Amino acid sequence: MKNKVMKAAKTVFSQREVTVFLIIVLVVVVTSIIQPKFLNTNNMRSIALSVSVDGLFAIGLTMALILGGIELSVGSVAAMTCVITGYLALQGVNIWVACIASIASGLVVGLFNGFMISKIGLPPFIVTLGMENLARGMAYIITTGSPLSVSGYLPQSFRYFATGSVFGIPVLFIIFIVISAVAFIFMKYSKTCRNMYYVGSNENAARLSGINVDRVKIGVYVTIALISTLAGILSLARFNVATPELSKGAETTAISAAVIGGTSMTGGSGGVLGTVMGIFLLKIVNSALVMMNVSVYWQEFVQGAILVLAVTIDYLSHRKSGKPSFIMKFFGLDKLVGAKPET
Amino acid sequence: MNSALLLEVKDLSKEFPGTRALNNVRLDVRRGEVHGLCGENGAGKSTLMNIVGGVFPATGGSMIFDGKAFNPRNPKDSQDSGISFVHQELCLCPHLSAAENIFIGRLPNKGGKINFKKLYEDADAVLQTLDANFSSKTLVSNLTVSEQQLVEIAKAVSLNCKLLILDEPTSSLTDKETVKLFQVVKELKKKGISTLFISHRMKEVFEICDRVTVLKDGSYVGCMNISEITHEDVIRAMVGRDLGELYPDKSSKIEEDKFLIKVENLSGDGFENIGFTLKKGEILGFAGLVGAGRSEVMRGLCGIDPIKSGEIYLNGKKQRFKRYRDAVKKGICYLTEDRKNSGLFLQMSIAKNIASANLEAVSKYGWIVKNREYSMSEKYVKALSIKIPGLSYPISNLSGGNQQKCLIGKWLSTDPKVIIMDEPTRGIDVGAKREIHNLLRALCEQGVGVIIVSSELPEIIGVADRVAVMHEGKLAGFLQGENISEENIMKLASGASLSMASGVS
Repeated sequence: MKNKVMKAAKTVFSQREVTVFLIIVLVVVVTSIIQPKFLNTNNMRSIALSVSVDGLFAIGLTMALILGGIELSVGSVAAMTCVITGYLALQGVNIWVACIASIASGLVVGLFNGFMISKIGLPPFIVTLGMENLARGMAYIITTGSPLSVSGYLPQSFRYFATGSVFGIPVLFIIFIVISAVAFIFMKYSKTCRNMYYVGSNENAARLSGINVDRVKIGVYVTIALISTLAGILSLARFNVATPELSKGAETTAISAAVIGGTSMTGGSGGVLGTVMGIFLLKIVNSALVMMNVSVYWQEFVQGAILVLAVTIDYLSHRKSGKPSFIMKFFGLDKLVGAKPET
Repeated sequence: MNSALLLEVKDLSKEFPGTRALNNVRLDVRRGEVHGLCGENGAGKSTLMNIVGGVFPATGGSMIFDGKAFNPRNPKDSQDSGISFVHQELCLCPHLSAAENIFIGRLPNKGGKINFKKLYEDADAVLQTLDANFSSKTLVSNLTVSEQQLVEIAKAVSLNCKLLILDEPTSSLTDKETVKLFQVVKELKKKGISTLFISHRMKEVFEICDRVTVLKDGSYVGCMNISEITHEDVIRAMVGRDLGELYPDKSSKIEEDKFLIKVENLSGDGFENIGFTLKKGEILGFAGLVGAGRSEVMRGLCGIDPIKSGEIYLNGKKQRFKRYRDAVKKGICYLTEDRKNSGLFLQMSIAKNIASANLEAVSKYGWIVKNREYSMSEKYVKALSIKIPGLSYPISNLSGGNQQKCLIGKWLSTDPKVIIMDEPTRGIDVGAKREIHNLLRALCEQGVGVIIVSSELPEIIGVADRVAVMHEGKLAGFLQGENISEENIMKLASGASLSMASGVS
């Protein structure tokens, strides 16, 4: 009996997600001791909101990395779809029709990325780098460079998705959590998403296992583009402004979150739970810096430091025979951890 | 102290966390000898070589090299002392020329500028001593594997090495290239350079080595003079027991008129007009030189690569496979020759690997049921007696033989009618080889069609009931029963026609 408990504990504590979670706890505790205001409702709300949109991109990037690829156009696809929706709304088109139009445009982007990567065989880095410029360029062309204010044109029912709240919890955050949960469940348990891991782990072997590799790739890039589209539409609902500058550089934050959460840059392993932890860590640290009156100019610097540190610590401590990570030793959890089975 | 000894390894031990990889191992290499090192996978050969090569340090024992105590802290130490290590997977820069690879890290220069003229002259001089017939200006990516190996050896020679370590050098060479390599090794021997030769192939060890050291489970078993022993002696030392018959009995009940597969006029990229049948109850072997188009035929047959023309009949019914999935659904599966690069999902769990070809069987309404996945994997792990630490461990933890068995299990889960195995036992040790051969025979007796493609002649001769030999993309002929011999296969494979017409079906 005791052995069973120990074994379960070992499995739990050898997960990267747990490591990141413990770091989050540490940051929250330290910050709230220094600055008790950190824990008040307003700050929690603002963290939740900032996690939501960037978190969607991070989920998309997690899928791309697991597939063994990368997706650099998430932010600009959000900008493009945000602008398309806003522009159509300004022209008097019904907002829901405008949403459908921008979803269609997101679908086209995803199909294009997927087609170029799978059927033509171009590297994902190149294709999505090109798409980053194409989509951003489209956003500039439509707006002729300046933000479109659409405040008067958006019905309350549309804005509710980004500004409303249920029992004090922002609807936007609820949407993010629901999508994370759906992605988590699908990626862990569905047959379709398992193929994503097979392809990312070894494309040749996947092909020789009878998996339709091209279809898997197209499916993933379409899904990512649709998630980015959702992020774009929600941003419009939140800010009531369609700006072509939306989510510039969002892909780097998203990659950081995924990698901090344990997703492999070489494909085949990782998951949404770690990514969600990763994006929370990044946003909570940002907020902590603000709370402790550190200049906002430090935010990017610190984000970079966290990324490099997290990966270094993990690499150093796992380099030999799956030893427990540094942070677990810090919490005295290393005694529970032995050999590390994959999950 | 015996001055005839170049390398003397005494009581060497190596402990990794949790395991003892080497236990008081000895190894003596004389000056100018070719010394074989044999052992099953996991016997400690690579660990020993890595210690000698300075990749990691030993935890106990001592080494003497060239009369001096030898404790390399890194590969460079070892290289500086005169040990060159040619790894099984070659470590060359493919985008650089052969010359740049040979003199990497010590390019001749004049005032900071690379002196290319001298570089190519020196490199050509070294390559010439090895009888290479390519220019040192050739890019490594344009060389064949055996030529790349020569580049590695040239690098070793140019470093004035005294001991050359060759780790499974012949595993990706054709027979012709192997002969060439052996000539080079013999030349080096004349110059007084010792070679440590690691190989699974007994035939080669006996051809080239003077003495052989055998390891088993990390311990030293013995060192023998090749001239005084037989293959069986070495195998017995490696396995620790008598293996008995090396190959399973041949089939006794071939149903002559029952064709599992019939192929007519199959043509595609790299092969032409291939026609053969697979009868129920037989194992059909495909022999030929590397590059004769054997794998290509199989990939075409399964719909992995497109075919230009030809008909495929499965159990008498004509089939058309647009993609591999169609073939799998009809019950034909193909096990790749390249386990690592196109067979395994290395960092994924054993269970996930076994389930990968038939997720339908372990899922319900599109959701994977973990219990089913594990019980299905468990079933094949038991049935094939695969040794694993646990189903959730990465498959990369397993030995080659057990990995291969997992792949067989994976395909058995699709309930195949025909299994095509390309190089079924490449890189697998003697004991596991036998188990896989027995397994193939057992499957065959259960009515599953088995086709093996192999470059190892003893394997083809020992396992197959009938052999199809290919030469340059065409079928050169079939051999059956008594006619399956090394000589006949080589005749057909090299393009010489067989004088006797017997055995051709």
